[in-house]
Amino acid sequence: MTSLLSVQDLTVSYGRVEAVRGISLEVPEGGLVTLVGANGAGKSSVINAITGIVRPRAGRIAFRGADVTRTPAHTMVGRGVVQVPEGRQVLATLTIEENLQLGAWRSSGRRITEVYERFPVLAERRGLPAGSLSGGEQQMLAIGRALVAEPTLMLLDEPSMGLAPRVVDEVFAVIAQVRASGTTVLLVEQNARRALEAADYGYVLATGEIAHEGPATELLADDRVVQAYLGAE
Amino acid sequence: MQQLVNGLSIGSIYALFAIGFTLVFGILDRLNLAHPAVFAAAAFVGIELVTVAGLSIWLALPAVFVVGALLGLVIERVAFRPLKGRPDAHFAGLISSIALGGMLIALLQWRYHADTRRFPAESFPDTRFQLLGAQVTLLQAAILVISVLLMVALTWLVARTRLGRAMRAVAENPTAARVLGINVDRVTATTFALSSALGAVAGALFAMNVNSAQLGMGAAIELKGLAVIIVGGMGSLPGALVGGLALGLAEVFAVQYVGSSWRDLVAFGLLFLVLLVRPQGLFGARRVREV
Repeated sequence: MTSLLSVQDLTVSYGRVEAVRGISLEVPEGGLVTLVGANGAGKSSVINAITGIVRPRAGRIAFRGADVTRTPAHTMVGRGVVQVPEGRQVLATLTIEENLQLGAWRSSGRRITEVYERFPVLAERRGLPAGSLSGGEQQMLAIGRALVAEPTLMLLDEPSMGLAPRVVDEVFAVIAQVRASGTTVLLVEQNARRALEAADYGYVLATGEIAHEGPATELLADDRVVQAYLGAE
Repeated sequence: MQQLVNGLSIGSIYALFAIGFTLVFGILDRLNLAHPAVFAAAAFVGIELVTVAGLSIWLALPAVFVVGALLGLVIERVAFRPLKGRPDAHFAGLISSIALGGMLIALLQWRYHADTRRFPAESFPDTRFQLLGAQVTLLQAAILVISVLLMVALTWLVARTRLGRAMRAVAENPTAARVLGINVDRVTATTFALSSALGAVAGALFAMNVNSAQLGMGAAIELKGLAVIIVGGMGSLPGALVGGLALGLAEVFAVQYVGSSWRDLVAFGLLFLVLLVRPQGLFGARRVREV
C-alpha cells in the first residue's frame, strides 16, 4: 500500500518545551493507524502539526506525496485532511445544523443528509444549540461535522475522552464505519487497548518520541508494551 | 412628536455608529478605538466627494461605505493583526487603535486644516412633510431609513448567511473555526471592514444631519457609542440599535424639557439607571464560556 500521509522527523515545540522530538510515521491509504501514549506524550501536537493548527519547528509532512509542512489549517481541510479535535470543540451557541453547515465550509454540504440519517438524534434536534447535547452526542456531532467536510484522511484526537463505556463502544463503532466507507483514519487515543484493537498499525509515543511501533496485533501481544502502556487486564 | 422624530433621527446615527463598535467587540472581543476617527474621516470624504467630485449624495453614500470598509481593513492589518499573538492582545489593540485613530485625525487636519466643512446646501432636497403634527424633513426620514436598513441587513447577515455563521464560529471559538477550515484572519478582516463601513456611513449621515463636519466629531460621539453598547449589552446588535435610539431620544427630550446644558447629565444618568436594573445591559446575556 502507498502512504497517504508521511511524517518525517517532526519536531514541535512551544517556546523552549519540545512536545514532539523528531518522530516519523506513515499512514497508508485506507488504513486505520493509531498513535497511543500517556497524557502529555505529544499525541495532540502531532495531529495539530499535520492539520496545520500548529507550525512544526522541524521535519516534513507529506500528504499524497506533496509537501504540506507549512500549509495553513484552512487549506488542509480543503485538501481532505479533517480533524475531530480533542474535547470535541462543537460550537455550543450555534445550532446543530449550523455546526454541520460550518463543517461543509470547504465542501458542498451534500453529506449533511447522510449524517442526519446516521445520527437521528442530531436530525431531531437540528435547530437546538449544540451545547444542549450530551457529551456522547457532541462527539457524534464532532465526527458528523468532520464527515460533512468529505475527508480523505480523518484525524481523531481522543474521541473517547470523558465518555461513558457504552458511549465509547458507539464511538468506536462509528470509527469502524468511517474506515469501512473508505476514509483513512489516524486515531490518537489514551485508551491504548481499545485503539490498538481497532487499528491495523500502531505507534506508542512516550515523552515526544516513538517508543514502539508495529502492527497493532503485535503491539497488543508485546509484553513490554502491555506492561508499560496498557496495564494488566 | 416633533422631539420624537428628532430623537429617532439622531439616535439612529448613534445606533449605526455603535453597532460597528459592538460588532467587532462581540465577534473578536476587541475594542476598536480607531472607529471614531473613521466616523470623522468619512464625513470629510463624503463632503469632498460631493463638492469636489460632484457626486450626488446617493452615490457619495455608497462610496463612503466602501472607503470605510477599506479603512477597516487597514485598521485590522496595522493596529490589530500584528498584536494578535500577544497574551495582552486585547489591551494592546486598544492602545494601538487609539494611536492609529490619532494618526488618521492628524491626516485629516493636514488635508482640511481645522475648518468646519459642510455639504453644499443643494446636495440634499429640502423637502418637508407633516406627520401627526410633526414636521419631518426628508433628510431625517432618509437617515432613519438608511440606518435601520443597514442594521437590519447586518443582523440578517450575521444570523442567516454563511459568512455570518463563520463570524459567530470565530466569536465563540477561533480554534474550532480553524479546525473546520475557516480562514480566521479573513473573517476577522471582513468583520473590521463591515464595522468601519457602517461607522463611515454614520459619520456622513451625522455631518448631513448637523450640517457640519469637524475634526472633533469622532471624539464627541465616541463616549456615546461606548455608552450605547454597554447599555445595550456588549456585543449585542439589537442592543446597540435600541440603546442608540434610546440615547438619541433621551438627549432630545432632556434639551426640550430640562435645558440644553443638562443634556449629557440626563442622558447618561438614564443609562446608569438602566445598568442599575440590568447590569448585563438590555440585551446582554451573561456569557458562558466553555473551557
